[in-house]
Amino acid sequence: MNLRRLLIVIVPYAWLVGLFLIPFLIILKISLSDTAIAIPPYTPTLDLSAGWAGIKEFFSELDLENYYFLWTDSLYWKSFVSSITIATISTFLTLLVGFPIAYAMARAPSAWRPTLMMLVILPFWTSFLIRVYSWMGILSTNGFLNNFLMWTGLIDSPFHILNTPTAVYIGIVYTYLPFMILPIYSTLEKMDISLLEAAEDLGCTSRSAFWLVTVPLARYGIIAGCFLVFIPVNGEFVIPSLLGGSRINMIGKVLWDEFFNNRDWPVASAVAIILLLILVVPIVLFQRVQQKQEEATV
Amino acid sequence: MGQNAATTAFAPWNDPDANPLIRFENVTKRFGDFTAVNNLNLTVYEREFFALLGASGCGKTTLLRMLAGFETPTSGHILLDGQHINGVPPNKRAVNMMFQSYALFPHLSVWDNIAFGLRRTKMEKDEIGDRVQEMLRLTQLEPFGRRKPHQLSGGQRQRVALARSLAKAPKLLLLDEPLAALDKKLRQETQFELMDIQEKTGTTFVIVTHDQEEAMTVASRVAVMNKGNLLQVATPGEIYEGPNSVYVADFIGEVNIIEGTAKIVGPDELAIQYSENAPPIHAKIETEGFSDGQSVSYAIRPEKIGVSLTQDDPRPNKVKGTVIDIAYLGSTSTYHVRLDCGQMFSAQMTNVRRIEHREITWEDTVWLSWSNSAGLVLVK
Repeated sequence: MNLRRLLIVIVPYAWLVGLFLIPFLIILKISLSDTAIAIPPYTPTLDLSAGWAGIKEFFSELDLENYYFLWTDSLYWKSFVSSITIATISTFLTLLVGFPIAYAMARAPSAWRPTLMMLVILPFWTSFLIRVYSWMGILSTNGFLNNFLMWTGLIDSPFHILNTPTAVYIGIVYTYLPFMILPIYSTLEKMDISLLEAAEDLGCTSRSAFWLVTVPLARYGIIAGCFLVFIPVNGEFVIPSLLGGSRINMIGKVLWDEFFNNRDWPVASAVAIILLLILVVPIVLFQRVQQKQEEATV
Repeated sequence: MGQNAATTAFAPWNDPDANPLIRFENVTKRFGDFTAVNNLNLTVYEREFFALLGASGCGKTTLLRMLAGFETPTSGHILLDGQHINGVPPNKRAVNMMFQSYALFPHLSVWDNIAFGLRRTKMEKDEIGDRVQEMLRLTQLEPFGRRKPHQLSGGQRQRVALARSLAKAPKLLLLDEPLAALDKKLRQETQFELMDIQEKTGTTFVIVTHDQEEAMTVASRVAVMNKGNLLQVATPGEIYEGPNSVYVADFIGEVNIIEGTAKIVGPDELAIQYSENAPPIHAKIETEGFSDGQSVSYAIRPEKIGVSLTQDDPRPNKVKGTVIDIAYLGSTSTYHVRLDCGQMFSAQMTNVRRIEHREITWEDTVWLSWSNSAGLVLVK
């Protein structure tokens, strides 16, 4: 009996330790190392054959040099700031687009809802990369959107959208929209319509009932949706590379460049560790909100 | 309003000079092909506790929602205090509603729930505080002001909903099945609380319910509805003792109904022949409107029937039958008796003796007897 219990407890912990904690410690260790022209491309490596002295030697060679480098070179902190700014703005834009969609879905006749839900999830069935690529085709100067607008006669010369921040925002809002819609939808769907009637009965207009009842009741969904967009967008790499051109610097792109172009694994690891530390705050907040929501529904 | 009627009892509906608070004039409401309320006329007076009673789908909730402003009549007019209110939205009416689900705002405390309506007015902050405190006192919720709705029991939530809907001191309070979610014992207690609060505040209450006992307990008048029509509007006593149709008689309390043909046998006396082999039932009743040979229903309440092993009972209507079942309810027993003509009758007797001294038992041949004036003759 006890053994079975132990086994049940051990499996998820083993998973977390093996696939999260150990890789994290490896990255942390690399970030404290120096680059080297070797395989793997950093020193020191742990040499257990040298015994206790080898371990001592190994730890003495680790230092915070890479973090100091990130601090002094403005490229890195500018990329961090740019990432957080882009993530914040695009989270707001996604909320702006996602909330009305979620609201319309939750108020749709219940027979339609599964279909609408399906339509929201459907894009996930095609490759993310292909979907972002197709936006290149739509947004480029000679692309579908410009051709269409010029054909309708609305514009004379094509918009320059691709390789601008606008294209990045379009790509992010499009890609992350389901993560915003689904949590908001699930809170709005549970809402009792008679609450809105009660608000109107007590003197609200339908607009004030929306702000005083609907929005506060959807707040856990809104917060969850915002975190689900904000956290991954911070590390986003594909969308800024494909749609943003060279002028958009996001930290995910810097990370890629360090790993694959510079082959500077220690600096890249340091960037990854800093990114993680920045995201720990919203992740912890997100979990607290989720916990609160669970308490409220009990 | 109507105070010049120098009657001790509260009965403004009998006063031709009284101005009704609510007046429905030929109101019809259709949803597509479905007629929820059919050409209905109704008046409700100030300070009344008015109950709309009927089976589900009879149109009573639609009627209530039209008063609240959530539905507009397809045709006809609704007047509140003499004003047409057909197109007035819910937030502009001096009417508040207590919802069946209570519809308490889950993100707000009890205090803020009650203050919600007051904050939509131009009321000063201090006044709002005083008013909320008054409502908490009225509904005995003073210790719970800071709690959220999910931290309250069902009965407490019901009282918050009541306090919130009364906070704005509406001319008219609508209650949609306000006690349906409570268990039986709490429901009975709450009925008296509701009556008490209604009396203290002097607000006109219109309550929707499907529970006839609840309607009879709380209401000054009861309206029985069926399929969008008003069948009868009367005080609980009148509606119980004098239902105007078989449906109302059957809906309100228990009743035995027997079909037969009428014969006028004297001034104010009808004889109803219900079986070839049995003497007719005699009923003292206004004979006007009846004719010989007319088919009628005779309705008699179980508690008005005596059960006896002999024919000694002096009451004139006597019918022989066999005891099929006895339901022992403690204070009373209900005897299910099959008459010789095959019809089942219920008769209710007070258990004046202890159960072990009961004379009548299963399969006994018994005589049911009742007076001439105990029953009613109904045409529809």
